[in-house]
Amino acid sequence: MAYWEPIRALDEMPLVKPGSTFKDITHDISVVSEKPAPRGWWACFLLASTFTGIFTVSVAYLFYRGVGVWGNTAPVYWAWDITNFVWWVGIGHAGTLISAILFIFRQRWRTGINRFAEAMTIFAVICALIFPGIHVGRVWVVYYMFPLPNQMSLWPNFKSPLIWDLFAVGTYFTVSLLFWYTGLIPDLATLRDRSMTKWRQRIYGFFALGWRGSNRHWRNYERAYLILAAISTPLVLSVHSVVSMDFATSVIPGWHTTIFPPYFVAGAVFSGFAMVETVLLIARAVFKLDRVVTMRHLELMNKFLLLTSLLVGYAYAMEFFMAWYSGNEYEMAHFLHNRPTGPYWWAWLWMVIPNCLVPHLYWFKRFRTSIPVMFVVSILINIGMWFERFVIIVSSLNRDFLPSSWGLFRPTIIDIGTFTGTIGVFFTLFLLFMRWLPMVSMTEVKGTMPEADPHLHEHETKGEKAEDAAAAAGLVPEGAE
Amino acid sequence: METSGKEHDARMAPTVILAEFDSARDVLHAAEKVRDAGYVRWDTHTPFPVHGMDKAMGLGDSRLGWIVITCALIGLSGAFVMMHWMNGIDYPLIIGDKPGGAPGTLPSMVPILFELTVLLSAFGAVFGMLGLNRLPQHHHPVFESDRFRAASDDKFFISIEADDPKFDVDKTKSLLEKAHAAHVEVLEEDAS
Repeated sequence: MAYWEPIRALDEMPLVKPGSTFKDITHDISVVSEKPAPRGWWACFLLASTFTGIFTVSVAYLFYRGVGVWGNTAPVYWAWDITNFVWWVGIGHAGTLISAILFIFRQRWRTGINRFAEAMTIFAVICALIFPGIHVGRVWVVYYMFPLPNQMSLWPNFKSPLIWDLFAVGTYFTVSLLFWYTGLIPDLATLRDRSMTKWRQRIYGFFALGWRGSNRHWRNYERAYLILAAISTPLVLSVHSVVSMDFATSVIPGWHTTIFPPYFVAGAVFSGFAMVETVLLIARAVFKLDRVVTMRHLELMNKFLLLTSLLVGYAYAMEFFMAWYSGNEYEMAHFLHNRPTGPYWWAWLWMVIPNCLVPHLYWFKRFRTSIPVMFVVSILINIGMWFERFVIIVSSLNRDFLPSSWGLFRPTIIDIGTFTGTIGVFFTLFLLFMRWLPMVSMTEVKGTMPEADPHLHEHETKGEKAEDAAAAAGLVPEGAE
Repeated sequence: METSGKEHDARMAPTVILAEFDSARDVLHAAEKVRDAGYVRWDTHTPFPVHGMDKAMGLGDSRLGWIVITCALIGLSGAFVMMHWMNGIDYPLIIGDKPGGAPGTLPSMVPILFELTVLLSAFGAVFGMLGLNRLPQHHHPVFESDRFRAASDDKFFISIEADDPKFDVDKTKSLLEKAHAAHVEVLEEDAS
């Protein structure tokens, strides 16, 4: 196989089913918001909004009684709240990776899934931001987190990683929202132009900002999109690095490690890809989107999962190695004894098995292209990555330097309600998005189709290369023997 | 408002001539002809950005980058001033015997310097793009055409505005027709 073959193959193989026209794409994607919702959507929505209700009740009770309603107690003062925060922020990262980094690398297969992944980023970061907001205890003075004048004339301490975190996650949310909305503008114009009722036209029209597909506009639009992608790329790497510094700058064995920033970023991308896949598989089944979300997209995502799983596995192994190599007895006691054999050994297994062992199935094409396998594996990875954060946070805190201060953490019903509630919030927002907004970028998908190339068939008429037309029409990857 | 083929009303004045094309290739070649004919107040409307259209229309590079770099520098210097003033001047926070402001705490300022640079750049990119494009603009003569709805679906359009110095209803129309337009219409508004 020639060295360039995989790259050429990615570019030349059909990204949408051969024979689809621009109109098919517009119709397939827009019709979701124009027809009554399928029964599957209502079933999912009912379930998700039930959990949103549980979330509301849990948080209301938390505000009423205080953080004592959670299981957080000495010595585990950070428990599920921060575990959930890190888990949700991490899930968001795949969205930015798909939308920004793959855009810069011109990986055009991203067009089928990027809108989806960006929406997931936004909803995941909303769920993440809830936790620092509610875990402070006195929610009525939550504005102390921001550099605002207050009655104590005190400013935040900018040497603290916690304030870096606030700026990092706040910026991340804002930039992701702007990126997502910018991408939506041309598609909102499509929905506006297709609208049959006055209200649809007014609402979609308002948010489409009067977009008229003008090339003078596209010129600035494409530049804006490129710049947003370019600045989101270092941003997404910085966000989870900063999150990891919340831990890495402390002196607790299990937290005090320099590998944390890249390790957290790799884990974030891993868990995020798993979540994109879970949600995508549901949406693909409910809304029958196999014309735009093809098996090739899913297979590429599975390859990504395999790669990031290897990175995460390497980071786990390196933590063990460094604990032993450091010769520090607290580090060794923590990594070599407390995590695998301590009271939370089962959580440790939940971290290692789904994250490091299960993805090895994806070495085989049969598993990479099997929908039931990928659905189960993606959910296992989501669970595994939650346990990774649980292991890092809770099992590092529960046994520190003094055995007299050791203790155990047990979640309460409110802990469980708050966490499962945010999953409900996430899916409620997601289902509303899928129902009312174009969940695949029509503009970008059309732009990747052979007909979008203004020079299509010109080769043919000039008689330069007859197979070019066949390749562009998506029948044979160019250069394939 | 569509008047092609109908009897002409004296009170109506043309605003835009709109030509419809079936493919990206046709609209690109037609745009080259309109450019060569010397029109300035005209545009193409496509469901997605067509590769090579900037050149076909004779457009230069977008100026957005200059707006973004300005915003980025404001974000960077603003973040520095904020942290230095708050922790170093207004209420010095001396922690671990280290002074609160620059240069001693410059390393710990890096994350927020970076984040605010990115935040302001993103504002510059999105709002700068909208500003350069004069959006939101919910009313525009091309929206008067019913056929124009397909511009966001699968059709390609060229619009030439009546205030272009070279505009002449018949000549402009025939230029577009010769450029293989599938349909040409004159959009008018009440001039009285």
